[in-house]
Amino acid sequence: MTTTLFIVQLINGLQYGLLLFLIASGLTLVFGVMGILNLAHGSMFMIGAYLAWYFVEHTGSFGVSAVVSAIIALLLGILIERTLIRHLYRRNHLDQVLLTIGMIFVFNALQSILWGNDPLGVAVPELLSSSIPLTDILEYPVYRIFVAIFCVFIAIVMYYTINKTRLGMLIRAGESNREMVECLGIDISRLYTVVFAIGVMLAAVAGVIAAPMTSIVPGMGEHILIACFVVVVIGGMGSIKGAFIGALLVGLVDTFASVLVPQLSSMMIYILMAFILLLKPQGLFSS
Amino acid sequence: MKKNNKIINTILAGVTTLTLCTPATATETDPIKVGVMLPFSGVYGGLGEATRNGLKMALKEHAADLEGRTIEFIEMDTEARPDRAPEIASSLLNKSHADFIVGPVHSGVAMGMIKVLKDKDSIMIIPNAGANAATGPLCAPNIFRTSFSAWQPSYPMGKVALDAGYKKVVTMSWNYGFGKESLEAFEESFTAGGGDVVKKILVPFPKTEFQAYLSEIASIKPDAVFVFFAGGGAVKFVKDYDALGLKGKIPLLGSGFLTEGTLEAQGQAAEGILTTLHYADSLNNPTNNSFRQRYAENFGKPSDLYAVQGYDTGLMIANAVKSLQGDISDRKALISALENTTINSPRGDFTFSKAHNPIQNIYLREVVYGENEVIQLAAPALEDPARGCKM
Repeated sequence: MTTTLFIVQLINGLQYGLLLFLIASGLTLVFGVMGILNLAHGSMFMIGAYLAWYFVEHTGSFGVSAVVSAIIALLLGILIERTLIRHLYRRNHLDQVLLTIGMIFVFNALQSILWGNDPLGVAVPELLSSSIPLTDILEYPVYRIFVAIFCVFIAIVMYYTINKTRLGMLIRAGESNREMVECLGIDISRLYTVVFAIGVMLAAVAGVIAAPMTSIVPGMGEHILIACFVVVVIGGMGSIKGAFIGALLVGLVDTFASVLVPQLSSMMIYILMAFILLLKPQGLFSS
Repeated sequence: MKKNNKIINTILAGVTTLTLCTPATATETDPIKVGVMLPFSGVYGGLGEATRNGLKMALKEHAADLEGRTIEFIEMDTEARPDRAPEIASSLLNKSHADFIVGPVHSGVAMGMIKVLKDKDSIMIIPNAGANAATGPLCAPNIFRTSFSAWQPSYPMGKVALDAGYKKVVTMSWNYGFGKESLEAFEESFTAGGGDVVKKILVPFPKTEFQAYLSEIASIKPDAVFVFFAGGGAVKFVKDYDALGLKGKIPLLGSGFLTEGTLEAQGQAAEGILTTLHYADSLNNPTNNSFRQRYAENFGKPSDLYAVQGYDTGLMIANAVKSLQGDISDRKALISALENTTINSPRGDFTFSKAHNPIQNIYLREVVYGENEVIQLAAPALEDPARGCKM
């Protein structure tokens, strides 16, 4: 592998990893704070992508579409938490799995009814549609660089929110001792609604910004969900920092494995996960 | 309540007995039973629906040819799940005593169906699934196909590539049966003519992270790239190929599925892609033009490849019933009638090979303004080699 190709693949891996982080961060946040294992998280990614397509078709503007989709996702998150998830806090993980798997089927059916089964595509927004030449053939689309920067930005915002703000303090407190937070007169149920809605929104926003780079198809949520779980398990369930490192590791390993050991590439991320769990059974940054 | 139950049970028992007493042998006045095993939900739901529409349209239009017999459809949703295929197929065979079983879309489902239906009484007609084996090692007198073998659409592209002067080609597809068979067929004709496949990339199914592979292709700098992808993967691949700057620098060739039902989602990125297939929506002949118009009037949406394949399956059944004056009880005669029929298809007339696969034209198409435009006949009346078929 030449140096140029190595650098190109490094960029590819980092960019894929950053997108994975954006999706996985919501999953790990909800698990860390609320102890809820949300298997329907991938469906939120799918819904984000479909909403992006729908509003681009109807408004013609990707920016408007992104904002509207994010708001809808936030409201959807509040609705789901208030009507469904709420009943699961005192139950075991198996019940949570049952409900959230059921939600996957419901969302898939809704998607099929509302938007059909044909693959859909969203054009890259005009403003970001140029490319930067890397080699004589290869170009790097500005949009993908934008996506990478956006993901880093979200990571910084999340880090700041959790460590420096009152909401973050509550989240951290809720993580370590729910009863004590309640005793201090904090409305934990409202906190949970907020956290769950943010989790849903993060997944949907990831779906929105992924839409111009991917094909919008039924089942896209399930594919990404598996990679997200690998990220979250590697990073340590509930750890945002872990999700960040885990996502970059998965992105890089998957990219380089595709080129260097193509026969093994479909299992490399699982081998990585097994290896890390051998060394650190709770993941890299378990809380 | 209890008493009611008892009455219902008695009635049920009576009805069941009556049903069991009816002779199983069909007479010439009974409807012809057509089992339909297609995916009506899930990723392939749209394909199943188009196939069914085409099938029903053909049999409705040719009702007069059925010599007074009617058609009874028994529809089963396969959900494109290979694990469910044997169970559904055996229910259509043993419980419904279907004369014909039309299906499936998915090659994995086809394997499950063949396991149950091979050399049995029902005639199986495959309207899409292209696994070479169905009319290869697994061929049987009662198994027909109205679509294509994986080999057929890809084989002619080797010659097209050579004619264009390409010597070094990278091939790429998902690492599964149909994809690998497509690449092998291309490689067969391409290397026979002196071309060189410098790298073959098999991506784990259903992965669609193509960036790493495309970066590698850009560093190899082949004369052209030949791929098999379909559906959502095809959309993603074509968009990535464009976004990473390969489009316009390294020509992209494909088995026709790369640009079937995906063009709208691919948008500008698909312009100029060359593919080979046994059909194109834009195929300009009177049969196709009229078919497309009638289909749109009937179903309120444009027809596609899958509708054509379903339609041809319906024509095949109607032709056979007509030539036997409505009496399809002699299975040997029925099979012989099916073998000898010529289908007046929107894709151009075609007949069947000894292995029961269509002998059909393959067209070279180019994406121009969001449509697959036929630019030439890539291979006239192409017959699948049916390797491994002993019939």
